[in-house]
Amino acid sequence: MLRRLPYLLPLIVLAGLAGYFWSGLGRDPNTLPSVLIDQPLPELALAPIAGRERGLVTADLKGQVSLLNIFGSWCVACQAEHPFLMQLKAEGRVPIHGINWRERDADAGPAWLRRLGDPYTLIGADPDSRAAIALGVTGAPETFIIDAAGVIRYKHIGPITRDIWEKKLWPIVERLRRG
Amino acid sequence: MADRRAFAARLIGALLAVLLLAPVLVTAASAVEPDEIVADPAIEARARAISKGLRCLVCQNESIDESNAELARDLRLLVRQRLQAGDSDQAVTAYIVSRYGDFVLLDPPFKAATYALWLGPLAIAAFALGFVFVFYRRRAGRSEAAPLSADDERRLAKLLDRNDP
Repeated sequence: MLRRLPYLLPLIVLAGLAGYFWSGLGRDPNTLPSVLIDQPLPELALAPIAGRERGLVTADLKGQVSLLNIFGSWCVACQAEHPFLMQLKAEGRVPIHGINWRERDADAGPAWLRRLGDPYTLIGADPDSRAAIALGVTGAPETFIIDAAGVIRYKHIGPITRDIWEKKLWPIVERLRRG
Repeated sequence: MADRRAFAARLIGALLAVLLLAPVLVTAASAVEPDEIVADPAIEARARAISKGLRCLVCQNESIDESNAELARDLRLLVRQRLQAGDSDQAVTAYIVSRYGDFVLLDPPFKAATYALWLGPLAIAAFALGFVFVFYRRRAGRSEAAPLSADDERRLAKLLDRNDP
């Protein structure tokens, strides 16, 4: 056996690499792990969108577990996600805050919310991506779960569906609430 | 008729020229738009250099210098604003890495998490060379003939004798 090892070793290495690459094939190369998980929220001081009094600052996201959703009226996937956020708001399970990202026209976001409904407790405007970059956002929609201390605990890339909410995000919210 | 042929030849020539030039034009292209460029050429040059090393998060195989994605544009503007505010090149890059991770660097850093990336190919090459070395030394060892015993010598002499005419 030991004498044959030099001949078997390449096969073993090949099998190992094949297994590693095989497992990699199933992964979505577009979902990047966030380096901000378990980091406190960056300093945000976002102006309100047209028609609202308050914007969004970091301190607003402390005190209870909340969602922070990045959206834009130009984003098709956000529109697909939007009805579920309305349901979530109606169920009143967790406050949803929004960052209205990169609107060319200051009224585009408010008009979009007037047309489809507004699920957000607080909204900050981010026309030049400053907040999006600070949050390591790569595309919309993205949703962060922020704990009561204002620490980023989870990031979901892409639209939230009922299935994703019940299986992935809600258990995290519940766990964070228990502390 | 001849006119038509000359026209076709010219058309083909023009198409060939475009095809040959296309790669040159493509590689020279940068997505930096005139309204992004800052007045200070030194800062602009630094910004260009930094941008070339940062991956566009939307298209992933382009740098933000080459990408037309809006996020790339916003990152380019951020780089310029930070440089104008007096940040060093390292500070600007470090800020973006702190937001997006090492993935955003087109030239991955050499550190514990990337040892496999940098050293893996070398390790595989060393292993392969070692394997080849052992394999050939074994084979060379095997082909070395053992000395003939006295008995063998006698048999050999007999066989050679018999074959002699």
